[in-house]
Amino acid sequence: MERITAPTFKNIEQVNLLNPHEERLDNGIALFAFEACEQDLVRIEWVFNNISFDHLVNPVLNMGLAGMLLEGTKQHSSAEIAEKIDFYGAFLQPEYSFDHTALTLYVLHKHINHVLPLIKEILIDSIFPAHELDTYIRNNKQNLSVSLKKNDFIARRTFNQAIFGSGRYGFSPELNDYDTLCREDLQRLYTHQICPSQCTIYIAGKVTSETISSINRLFGQAWKDEPIVDVSTYAIPQVNTEDKVILIKKPDALQSAIRIGCASINRAHPDFSALQLVNTILGGYFGSRLMTNIREEKGYTYGIGSGIGALKHGAFFTIATEVGVSVTQETLTEIESEINRLRTSPIENEELDLVKNYIGGTFLGSLENVFSHVDKFKNVHTVGLDLTYYKNHLDVIKRSTADDILAIANKYLDYKKMVKVVVGRLEY
Amino acid sequence: MVTYNQFTVKNGLRVLIHEDHSTPMAVLNLLYDVGARDEAPDQTGFAHLFEHLMFGGSVNIPQFDLPLQRVGGESNAFTTNDLTNYYMTLPAINLETAFWLESDRMLSLAFSEKSLETQRQVVCEEFKQRYLNQPYGDVWLKLRPLAYKKHPYQWATIGKELAHIEQATMDQVKTFFKKHYTPQNAIMVVAGDVHTDEIKALTEKWFADIPAGEKYHRAITPEPKQTKARREIVEADVPVNSIYIAFHMGDRRSKQYYIGDLISDILSRGKSSRLYRRLIKEQLLFSEINAYLTGSIDNGLFILEGKPLPHVTPEQAEEAIWDQLIDLQRFPVSDYELEKVKNKIESTMVFAELSILDKAMNLAYFELLGNADWLNQEIGTYLKIDASAIQEAATALFQKENSSTLLYLAKTNDGTNNSTNI
Repeated sequence: MERITAPTFKNIEQVNLLNPHEERLDNGIALFAFEACEQDLVRIEWVFNNISFDHLVNPVLNMGLAGMLLEGTKQHSSAEIAEKIDFYGAFLQPEYSFDHTALTLYVLHKHINHVLPLIKEILIDSIFPAHELDTYIRNNKQNLSVSLKKNDFIARRTFNQAIFGSGRYGFSPELNDYDTLCREDLQRLYTHQICPSQCTIYIAGKVTSETISSINRLFGQAWKDEPIVDVSTYAIPQVNTEDKVILIKKPDALQSAIRIGCASINRAHPDFSALQLVNTILGGYFGSRLMTNIREEKGYTYGIGSGIGALKHGAFFTIATEVGVSVTQETLTEIESEINRLRTSPIENEELDLVKNYIGGTFLGSLENVFSHVDKFKNVHTVGLDLTYYKNHLDVIKRSTADDILAIANKYLDYKKMVKVVVGRLEY
Repeated sequence: MVTYNQFTVKNGLRVLIHEDHSTPMAVLNLLYDVGARDEAPDQTGFAHLFEHLMFGGSVNIPQFDLPLQRVGGESNAFTTNDLTNYYMTLPAINLETAFWLESDRMLSLAFSEKSLETQRQVVCEEFKQRYLNQPYGDVWLKLRPLAYKKHPYQWATIGKELAHIEQATMDQVKTFFKKHYTPQNAIMVVAGDVHTDEIKALTEKWFADIPAGEKYHRAITPEPKQTKARREIVEADVPVNSIYIAFHMGDRRSKQYYIGDLISDILSRGKSSRLYRRLIKEQLLFSEINAYLTGSIDNGLFILEGKPLPHVTPEQAEEAIWDQLIDLQRFPVSDYELEKVKNKIESTMVFAELSILDKAMNLAYFELLGNADWLNQEIGTYLKIDASAIQEAATALFQKENSSTLLYLAKTNDGTNNSTNI
């Protein structure tokens, strides 16, 4: 039996993405429907653009809005809402992210009509009861106090602030920020953000025309916008991170949490796909250079990775790891040398082909079910692109050369200009 | 409903195939019937360390991950107290690469000294990252030995201490491989865009010539019945007190597992659950609270854990939890509440069928328990449970003498706990 030679293999030539069916509700809300009827399951997302007032960015208010969205309507208490969602075996989750506040519902198709009217109430008639707000504040402060004992948590928020300043992308709440929350502000933000003009609906799974009609009846007819008042747009502040090292000392730490990176480009930028390729080589998969060097060769860490956080108005590049305190400085040195190697030595064909094939295969694998097709669509739709983006993306990756890698690495990854955050110990 | 075909190779390897042609991907999942419960008390953490070494090259293939990544695949594994599970996901057109890689490391590892040395360090860093350098990270290192006095569940899969990992030798690695990594101790599931005939041929080609090895017979000391309440108080540099109560319960195949699972749902699944409603929202005693099962193959634990708010003493917090457990013993749950938790189980089962990897892992796990088809029968088992069964189980489980309580208290700067008069 010949076991030394690998079996022959094929490259991924074709990837089929599901095109949504687009509808407009009567009040203008865009709805994207992705049909896949194998399962008796539906996911509906109501996604709202984040807004802020009076040119004052106050993300803790946006967080509070998401956190308080299921806590009571004019018709039903928090307890009654929770009871109904659970009884129908549904999952309903509000979520705040840098650019959006979303309400996501998973429900078996047979129960959908029991749940949708309640969602309408939540989006139109929420009242943010004072006693529920007190509970929200108390519990979130306690949860935050626990998170603030985690070095990687501190490293992440310190990094975001260093890259993006104090704005929407850089903000992380302190304990006393929660005390600034009040019902009136929440109600005001709710009125102007949770409204048709800020909303996009994505529905996926077992989608029937009856369901679309119900959605239009509930969310497309009675629901009107309030006049918009002073909704500020968001411009990312320019922050100079050249040679910036932030050390937060934790004398008792066994490991240091490290974050290194810089502001970067998002999907709307023509270089984004090429930068993703470079990122994958550096730290984007198990066989990446950072993992190979810092985990598999040296054993400094359980894991190290890099990634590009693509946001609506910008992006960040970040390398993250937790390493033994005695090898913190050595890890920084190795990270620097890996970035410099990308910028100075052309990649060997064998490694480049491997990464290209890996990206192709995992892209195919990332489309496992209908919900992942929605996520792919949202990624591009949010920044004004369409699904042709992905064909171009895979083409760019396929034809990138060693010279392209060098050029992109030199353009976007410069260790000197990156901020280096260390939470733990640098000297040992 | 997860359909499957099944056959056994002459060397004892069990193979299950789940065809799902809605995806272009395939999964090869290989479960070995060995976990931390099979370790010696002075060599704990070994099954998990060994899992890392399985990626360090095999007898004919110097690097495991590279050839898989080259064909668009990826791979990982996990170790529990009961088992070790390896999985690869890749485009189905390149499935043979998975057979080549997985069969070669079953045939024999490369046993590289460099790999052992590095992975000892990597696992030590994992130990620090997950258990030692996190607030409350070592809870399970304390709770397990409190609850288990004889059974090897008394240690976590990461091991009792760093020293056990640091001392692992190549001889131990070789012995462990020979003892546990044999075809007759393994269950393979191939799922996705595959055909049973093709899998039979590939299995014959790549796995049939691997020697059967010797059958491993597990001899584990069962945990004796607990007769007295146990408690331990720990003070640490954490900002908030935390309470853990563990009760011994039945094994994974027992009816008590399924009843216990429903009880944990009644107590803490979703925002309408009893503990969330009563203790977080109404009585304002906790910021978070959960009930869950360890779900281990041998007799497991029913766990309650919660973080009381600053104004609540640990005694008050404990009493509030017990009040809810006693409520379950005194009064039967209503038909409505029972229907609610069963509805949630039903929708969760539908979710579990969205991913070929989940389906493959589940088939392998239930085959290990005794029969892959039990995966499809579980929903029926849950639906048959009635209010009196829940009341009886709650009465049997939630007794002081069956409990192990760990109070994990916040140490203040002056060295005293900030909210208690213990």
